[in-house]
Amino acid sequence: MWKRDEAVRPASGPPQAPAPTPAGPSPVRQEATHGMEREIVNIGKSIVIKGELNGSEDLTIEGQVEGTIQLRDHVLTIGPNGRIKAQVFAKSVVVLGEVTGNVTATDKVDIRDNGSVDGDLVSPRVTIAEGAHFRGSVDMQRKGAAKPVAAQANTPQSPVPQVAQPA
Amino acid sequence: MSLLDRLATRRNEAGTEATSPSTPEDPVFATKALRKFLASLLSHEAPSLLDLGPVVGANVTFFGEQLGCKIFVEDLFAALDRHVQGGKLEELPEFLTKRLSQPDGTFDGILCWDLFDYLDRASAQALATELMRLLAPDGALLGFFGNTQSHEVRYTKYIIVDEVNLRYRRYPAARGRQVTLLNRDIIRLFPSLRVSDSFLLQNNTREILFRKLA
Repeated sequence: MWKRDEAVRPASGPPQAPAPTPAGPSPVRQEATHGMEREIVNIGKSIVIKGELNGSEDLTIEGQVEGTIQLRDHVLTIGPNGRIKAQVFAKSVVVLGEVTGNVTATDKVDIRDNGSVDGDLVSPRVTIAEGAHFRGSVDMQRKGAAKPVAAQANTPQSPVPQVAQPA
Repeated sequence: MSLLDRLATRRNEAGTEATSPSTPEDPVFATKALRKFLASLLSHEAPSLLDLGPVVGANVTFFGEQLGCKIFVEDLFAALDRHVQGGKLEELPEFLTKRLSQPDGTFDGILCWDLFDYLDRASAQALATELMRLLAPDGALLGFFGNTQSHEVRYTKYIIVDEVNLRYRRYPAARGRQVTLLNRDIIRLFPSLRVSDSFLLQNNTREILFRKLA
């Protein structure tokens, strides 16, 4: 099993207190408003993890992970050098590297240009960029899907099927 | 409510448009059969769709968010390229019989696009047999077939603009189209399906919609 202190390190050094900002919205200001310190945790290129990876903060993976990744309320980013063979559960998943395994996100899956996923995606929103590789299924679990009616589409004279409006 | 209205309603519900990056050089052609294919899909609850073309984000959005489909992407054009480049074309028919491992009747709709134009006879028959097995009763299969011989060594990504328009985006292929299939040859590929609709478009593409009897 891996040790967090050895394998995971902040990408941008120790967290810093937000600097005073002029009036107007900015990411720093928003963090200060919420009273939260936000750091990006990075698993580096040379790191190999086999097993279960759980976390409660956003994570970027540039190394290799095999097993299970769970960041239920946070964003997982698979960097361009990241190689994942795992079942992934997160709030949001951004793929710039390679993922082999099923990905479940409660918010969004975003496969960027040159990103690659072999596996099934379950998420209400899925974005796949031009140039991305994907093989598998996409289930967006659409809420309030219309109920089916009998198909009438095989004859040009047939009326277009009607659906009940979602509640 | 018309199909157009229903899709517009779903677009509003999803809060998104099925758009693709703006590339004015990609031509947009009308499609006659897609609308009927969509109507067939919408007659099923949580329809299951098999797309045999390269993944297109806009199409995934269209089918997933607006139509509530579960989409399976199996880019057989890429598989064909690998066989051509590896000099293993003789293995393609067997590959196609094994590639799609889902149970019988899994899919309510299958999008073949123009894949059959690029296959040799044995591979085409092997794939057609598998697709007939995978299509659910009352399901629909949509295929495009060239009507003239073309020497262009390119595939086409079909990007759904809306239910009556497709954007054609060409990209490099390992080999060009094979023989132009006659209508009767196409029908013989799918003996357990019946032709529901057939259209010859002005760009010399034949759109053929097959249905599997319930």
